[in-house]
Amino acid sequence: MAELNLNDLHDTEFPLPEGLQGNFAITSLSKIYNWSRRNSMWPLLFGLACCAIEMIGTAASRFDFSRFGMEVMRGSPRQSDLMIVSGTVTKKMIVPIVRLYNQMPEPKYVLAMGACASGGGPFKEGYNVVSGVDKYLPVDVYIPGCPPTPQALLNGLIALQLKIDGQSLANKDDVPWYGVGPSEPTPIPILGPDIIDPRQMDLIRRQTELAAKGLPYGVRELPPFQLKRSAPKKALASATTGDTGGGGGVERDAAALEIIKRKRMEALARKKAREAVTA
Amino acid sequence: MTNEVAIEQTQNDVQTLDQAIDYLIKKYPNIVSKDTREGYGGVIVDRNHLIDVATTLRDELGYNYLSSATAVDYMGIAEPDSDMEMVYHAYRLSGGSALVFKTQAPRDNPVIPSLVSVFPATDFQEREAYDLYGIQFEGHPNLKRILLWEGFYGHPMRKDWKEAYYEEEHKPFSSRWPGGYVHRAEERNPYGKNVKYPADFDLSRLTDISEESLYAGLGLGVDVQSLGGEMRTDRLVVNMGPHHPSTHGVFRMVITLNGETIETLEPVMGYLHRNHEKIGERNTYLQNIPFTDRLDYLSSMGNNLGYVLGVEQLMALGSRYIPVPYRAEVIRVLMAELTRIVNHLWSIGFLLNDLGAFFTPMLYANNEREKILDFFEAVAGSRLMCNYMRFGGVFKDLPERIKSVANLVNDRVRDFNTMEYLTDIITERLPRFLDEYEYYLSENEIIKSRCIGVGVLPPDMAIAYGAVGPLLRGSGIPYDVRRAEPYSIYPELDFDIPTGENGDIYDRYLVRMREMRESLRILRQILPRLEATKGQEVWAGGKQGAYSPRIPVGEAYGRVENPKGELGYYIVSAGDPKGTQNPWRYHIRAPSFTNLTCLGPMSKGHKVADVVTVLGSIDIVLGETDR
Amino acid sequence: MYGRGIFKGLVVTFKHLINTYVDDFRYGWRKYSKDADNFEVRQGPKARGAFTVQYPDEKVAVPERFRFVPFLVVEDDDHPERPGHDWCTSCGICAKVCPPQCIWIVRSEDPVTKRPVPEPEAFFIDIDICMNCGYCAEFCPFDAIKMDHDYELASYDRTTAHIHDKERLSKPFSYWKSIAPTTAYEEMQARGGWEHSDVIKAKKKQAEQDAKKATATPTPVAEATATPTETTTDAPKEALSAEERKAKREAALARKRAKEESGGE
Repeated sequence: MAELNLNDLHDTEFPLPEGLQGNFAITSLSKIYNWSRRNSMWPLLFGLACCAIEMIGTAASRFDFSRFGMEVMRGSPRQSDLMIVSGTVTKKMIVPIVRLYNQMPEPKYVLAMGACASGGGPFKEGYNVVSGVDKYLPVDVYIPGCPPTPQALLNGLIALQLKIDGQSLANKDDVPWYGVGPSEPTPIPILGPDIIDPRQMDLIRRQTELAAKGLPYGVRELPPFQLKRSAPKKALASATTGDTGGGGGVERDAAALEIIKRKRMEALARKKAREAVTA
Repeated sequence: MTNEVAIEQTQNDVQTLDQAIDYLIKKYPNIVSKDTREGYGGVIVDRNHLIDVATTLRDELGYNYLSSATAVDYMGIAEPDSDMEMVYHAYRLSGGSALVFKTQAPRDNPVIPSLVSVFPATDFQEREAYDLYGIQFEGHPNLKRILLWEGFYGHPMRKDWKEAYYEEEHKPFSSRWPGGYVHRAEERNPYGKNVKYPADFDLSRLTDISEESLYAGLGLGVDVQSLGGEMRTDRLVVNMGPHHPSTHGVFRMVITLNGETIETLEPVMGYLHRNHEKIGERNTYLQNIPFTDRLDYLSSMGNNLGYVLGVEQLMALGSRYIPVPYRAEVIRVLMAELTRIVNHLWSIGFLLNDLGAFFTPMLYANNEREKILDFFEAVAGSRLMCNYMRFGGVFKDLPERIKSVANLVNDRVRDFNTMEYLTDIITERLPRFLDEYEYYLSENEIIKSRCIGVGVLPPDMAIAYGAVGPLLRGSGIPYDVRRAEPYSIYPELDFDIPTGENGDIYDRYLVRMREMRESLRILRQILPRLEATKGQEVWAGGKQGAYSPRIPVGEAYGRVENPKGELGYYIVSAGDPKGTQNPWRYHIRAPSFTNLTCLGPMSKGHKVADVVTVLGSIDIVLGETDR
Repeated sequence: MYGRGIFKGLVVTFKHLINTYVDDFRYGWRKYSKDADNFEVRQGPKARGAFTVQYPDEKVAVPERFRFVPFLVVEDDDHPERPGHDWCTSCGICAKVCPPQCIWIVRSEDPVTKRPVPEPEAFFIDIDICMNCGYCAEFCPFDAIKMDHDYELASYDRTTAHIHDKERLSKPFSYWKSIAPTTAYEEMQARGGWEHSDVIKAKKKQAEQDAKKATATPTPVAEATATPTETTTDAPKEALSAEERKAKREAALARKRAKEESGGE
């Protein structure tokens, strides 16, 4: 298979058994790709705030993420695969961050470490704080905590490795970088009177037109709140971290969750019955 | 370089603070008057004569060390012609409390003469006041925005300026309870982001001037010139940071180089400006304690201490104040000194990193640091963000045992006696490590050749620029808040203040090394006190403080000797005659911020490779610089 | 002699390398064994060599006071009287004291009388804002919100997973007892029993009334509640009579409601 064109494998004319079409070579290739990628993930040497201290703590000898092939922290974005956004992202700083991200070669991953990088954190209300780096960059893994302990960061890194494991060369929606040509760079925000995302120019123009007409602008009314009582989120939320390297928390087991839930329902039923009796 | 330091130039008859104030009032009648507001101190100076008065203060009264300069917006409280106020705290190097002088201007058009010519230490602080409050400082050589970018809309610390996610003037917000229907703040914003634009914003005239202004006057581009003889070098502008491995965070320097020699260096900051002060004025007093953790995130215990001391000063103005119990003071000092060791281990490790000893010394230092962090985690609940001190005490007494419980899969437990653990660390492990570390590093030729004689800060300059902490002491000035204006139980403890001689990087390194030894000496005196006070109360009045204390009206400046230098909190309680639950003004005088004033002068004439070591020797942390 | 400092440095680094093997020698194969527990020594102040924690295979258990995101305490499922019942009374102190204001509580109302019911209808914590400061747990008068020790929360999508609702937050009381036995014990002593403080109060009241009925003489004041054991929950505390207390409570509630109404508008 000297001139293997991966796209050819999707060709239905390719003589493959029905069930294996589009999968046969790619699954094994993906495995090799993913295995080598996940075990040589070089993070960008890049610290923002408090979480950076814990990130360095993770890199230091006690927790030592070189055990996962991540010891080579590169100063240059051109040599790194992973951007650990470790701390509060400010409006002034998002400009260089987007620039750095654009300079990273693909495949590239972004890990939002801590509450600030995920969603603004305790400083969210501040006027110079970006409420989550995912407003500008695609984020692969979020790690809550303020700051996440080194072990929590390692947990996130393992989650990222699992994500890489699950990626396939065949699925271009999943991994944009196996398509044709380089992907579009993220537009770099502009520091005007406030930060401006070039993708929102139209929106801003419309709002300023509203303002020029003297109409209310800059606010959006929320739809009335509905309490969601249906699907339990517990299973969903914990499933994401499910089996990270030797099992997650005690409560993670779906079967155990089921049991707890059933127990609770039974108990509630007992309680109701008792109440009915006393009433 | 001059080594003559004019520490004591005071007039003989003016000794105490009151005498100094009387002297000022006598010398400048109708210009200087006492600040008579309830709970306030110091003097108010007519702004037209500010420079004269400041010069007198410096030259005649010996208050030559200006620590803090900050603005307060008294919108709606003071008269409209004087509702913007600048507050300065000046000290004598021989110790004692501050002479506070203030000057007022109308907030519609605040113009105040700049004090940079008298106290160069005000340089960055005045720029900050301009940036956040819009005060025009006449005569300031470089009045640009410092924390935000040029072109930003408005001056955000003004009381009538509202941020994009503005909800209410003060916390707690009423939308959280009892009808707390959850939403994310961005859902309310039409852009889905934390942004708002002025009503007259015109996209067609949009220009990004944030970068241009930095390079203005530097002469962008390469300029080939001859340097006297045959050597021809290029003059060029180099930009270091905000993403640079040696800037200890998101710090940026714009450097003009002549060949490899630095001609000018301008620090650019604000990349981690997280609006501590604006958020702090929305918060209640108690809610600010965890936010102080995130200032200098390497020494959160020290930050806590400074803030609670400041608020306790205010509380002491009230009638029902109960002093902090002895046990709590002992624990506070224990934590503060452990924090100092943690911080110095880190800063020396990273100084070595900057010198090229890539990671080995830092990893050794970090191993020891982890042991102390384990202790913090067991006592306060978190490795970094301790949130341990409270008004009138500490969160909880030390636990009997440092004990963990297995919870997750593969958890391995540990169980130590707290006092044994502490004794082990303080009397054996850390001294042994420091001996080894000093043996390892102090005589190393590379360190000596790269540090000795580099980044020299002469003592007179150190004072003028308001340098604090190891930077000041490295220049030979034995000024330490723990001695100059003692707090907590420091007066009864026996320790020395190490100083350097030449004020170069090596001296600062040695000062930090010796300070760790002094901290260990203090800690060895703390251990018997801990044993003796075992079981005593850690809360003033014997019970946990209220979650919404009312703080009496007034102003306070709580300062502590943090590992990086003097950390001060200027807190104003105003707006309600009965006392307030939210600070009117909450200002942090950060050591890293003012110490950076010296960076430019210190690096001038050195090679570009030395900048990173000079910066490393100042030991900045960006959370505190940018706040 | 030039180069001495560098040589000394090399000696120190070599010593650090040797120390690891000295430690290995001291603890032998046990270092890597799961059964023999020398983890405490290796991760303690006496260890000298390398001390890497092999993270997913061995984890440093966090100390009792450790705080990560909060959780809500609910009664155990096998509790005889109130299984699965919330400890939270939706008093709102945690929401008020929370520094970044990440707690949202919807207080339940009685559908008929419109009076607040001491149980939250909904409870949300936005863990993208939470700063793990522990104030909610510290100031909760009912010990109903606690800081969790589970830090393994990494997720791929924050929009669905990062606002924890009541179901996600609720964990049984036995869980809290298991992760922080000492603290839970101290709290039990302060409350006067393992039950929720409201239950204890109700029981006390009941016992008082029973005692009154039985003897018609006031029971002597027992020991102060500072040192109760598990069985002292029935120790009567001389206080206001039940009627008085009820009246007071009603008045307080009315005041509170009035205040809220005036504040809300």
